[in-house]
Amino acid sequence: MSNLIKGKKYEWETVIGLEIHAQVKSNSKLFSNSSTAFGSKPNSQVSLVDAAMPGMLPVINKYCIEQAVKTGIGLKAKINNYSVFDRKNYFYADLPQGYQISQYKYPIVGEGKVIIDFKDGSSKDIRIVRLHLEQDAGKSLHDQNPKKTYVDLNRSGVALMEIVSEPDIRSADEAGLYISKIRSILMYLGTCDGNMQEGSLRADVNISVRKPGYEYGTRCEIKNLNSIKFIKQAINYESQRQVEVLEEGGVIEQNTLLFNTSTGKTRPMRSKEEAHDYRYFPDPDLLPLEIDQEEINKLKKTIPELPDDRKKRYVEDYNLSNYDASVLTADKLVSDYFDNIIKSDKTLKESSKIVVNWLTSELFSLLNEKNIEINNSPITPENLGRLVKLIKEDIISGKIAKDVLVEMFNTKEDPEKIIERKGLKQVTNTSEIEIIVEEVLEENKKMVEQYLSGKDKLLGFFVGQSMQKSKGKANPKILNEILKSKLSKKH
Amino acid sequence: MKLDTNTINKIAKLARIRLSEEEAKDLLKDMNSILDWVEQLNEVNTDSVKPLANISSSILPQRKDEAKDINSSDEILKNSPDKLEGYFAVPKVVE
Repeated sequence: MSNLIKGKKYEWETVIGLEIHAQVKSNSKLFSNSSTAFGSKPNSQVSLVDAAMPGMLPVINKYCIEQAVKTGIGLKAKINNYSVFDRKNYFYADLPQGYQISQYKYPIVGEGKVIIDFKDGSSKDIRIVRLHLEQDAGKSLHDQNPKKTYVDLNRSGVALMEIVSEPDIRSADEAGLYISKIRSILMYLGTCDGNMQEGSLRADVNISVRKPGYEYGTRCEIKNLNSIKFIKQAINYESQRQVEVLEEGGVIEQNTLLFNTSTGKTRPMRSKEEAHDYRYFPDPDLLPLEIDQEEINKLKKTIPELPDDRKKRYVEDYNLSNYDASVLTADKLVSDYFDNIIKSDKTLKESSKIVVNWLTSELFSLLNEKNIEINNSPITPENLGRLVKLIKEDIISGKIAKDVLVEMFNTKEDPEKIIERKGLKQVTNTSEIEIIVEEVLEENKKMVEQYLSGKDKLLGFFVGQSMQKSKGKANPKILNEILKSKLSKKH
Repeated sequence: MKLDTNTINKIAKLARIRLSEEEAKDLLKDMNSILDWVEQLNEVNTDSVKPLANISSSILPQRKDEAKDINSSDEILKNSPDKLEGYFAVPKVVE
């Protein structure tokens, strides 16, 4: 799979690094005890600390520190026993302090890595540079009034984990897989709710292009993207733009860009680079953060089974392909559901591939149609397991099972009851099937003649007719055998 | 280290302070003398001394993750010269 972009003259490689901002799922803010609840009345959750009233002092939230450490462990990263909070200075209406408390030289988490999985079964490591804790800013509304900006400080001071990757990403698809994987890890850990619509997870994209094998090109940074779709769109647009500029003999200016979600284009921010002199220095209001190894070890014990561990278990224990296993484990709720099916009956372990198909194609399409999340599925994992078992035991055919599934979805009934009630049990009784086959052959004498004179394809027609007569209940294998033997006797 | 007027003006701009030429000149003198004073520290050999983050020897105090319902809107907006429906209203910040 080549990631190269074909320009008019050359082929180009896109080089991408992501800075992901993930809100810590905590009750109160990083340095104050006001609530982090989303969607509250504007400015109702702003303490005097958040409003930066003179003399107010920050006191750090222990829980937020623990979540950053846990996330670091989940990213297989080095946890730093010593880290420092710095002030990042800039002026903006949604930042009352005039600086953001962040971590610069000494972040709480150092180098780590995440694995992304491709459809063809291969995978790739994306290296993590660091994770640091910082304050979120407030929210500005720019589009309500031509002369005013409206500011809500409720979000101001909520804890963010900024996760910075190395420029190891080479395409929009890889970027999508990477952020999905990070989101999945965060959600397994429970350290961030992963809600991109509410802005709990957003990303800045650093992007440049180069001819393969050459030095990195000049990069641009696209700010504040809050959906995987937009991240991919922005990358595709921006890489194409850079290629066009370079092929026309131009140069890429290092710029901060905004992505317009309605036009699908990027444009430079108006503020000039001079504003980006953040003059970091250690925050004199906060002592360095020291975490002893014992505490880290304690947190390690609270780490649940993560997507990669589950993936491995699925591949090794259930014989699933690497890609199937990665799709299944991407969403913890889906993966939990799958585990519950397999757990519900010992014999299902060997049918795990069939279970995956019924879960990811049949049940998913019903859920999607009604826009229901898997944890609210009207079909319990146990019942889906029973349905698969009924197919395996030849009690119903796969085709009938689809109808049964729809009925289960609508009525929440057990599959056995539905089969009983509707009389859907598969006919495996040979004499019953023989009668049907004979009727069909009798009713289609002309076709039989044609078949006998060499039109082999007509066999499918007889199968279809017989199946229809049995209302789909005839066991297909037995039906086929009987048909063939009856027809051969007619020679 | 010696500052020049350009640097003074840049710092003023970053701090959103408007300076007259006269004020810039005064500040240049003041800031240079502060730097001179601090530079005396260079006379001390600190090769084997760890950077000191804080003179206090205590450790970073931490609090429990408990949220207080403060319903702060009225109080927090009280000092704001301009507001609308619970929001601070500020001159348009274009982006």
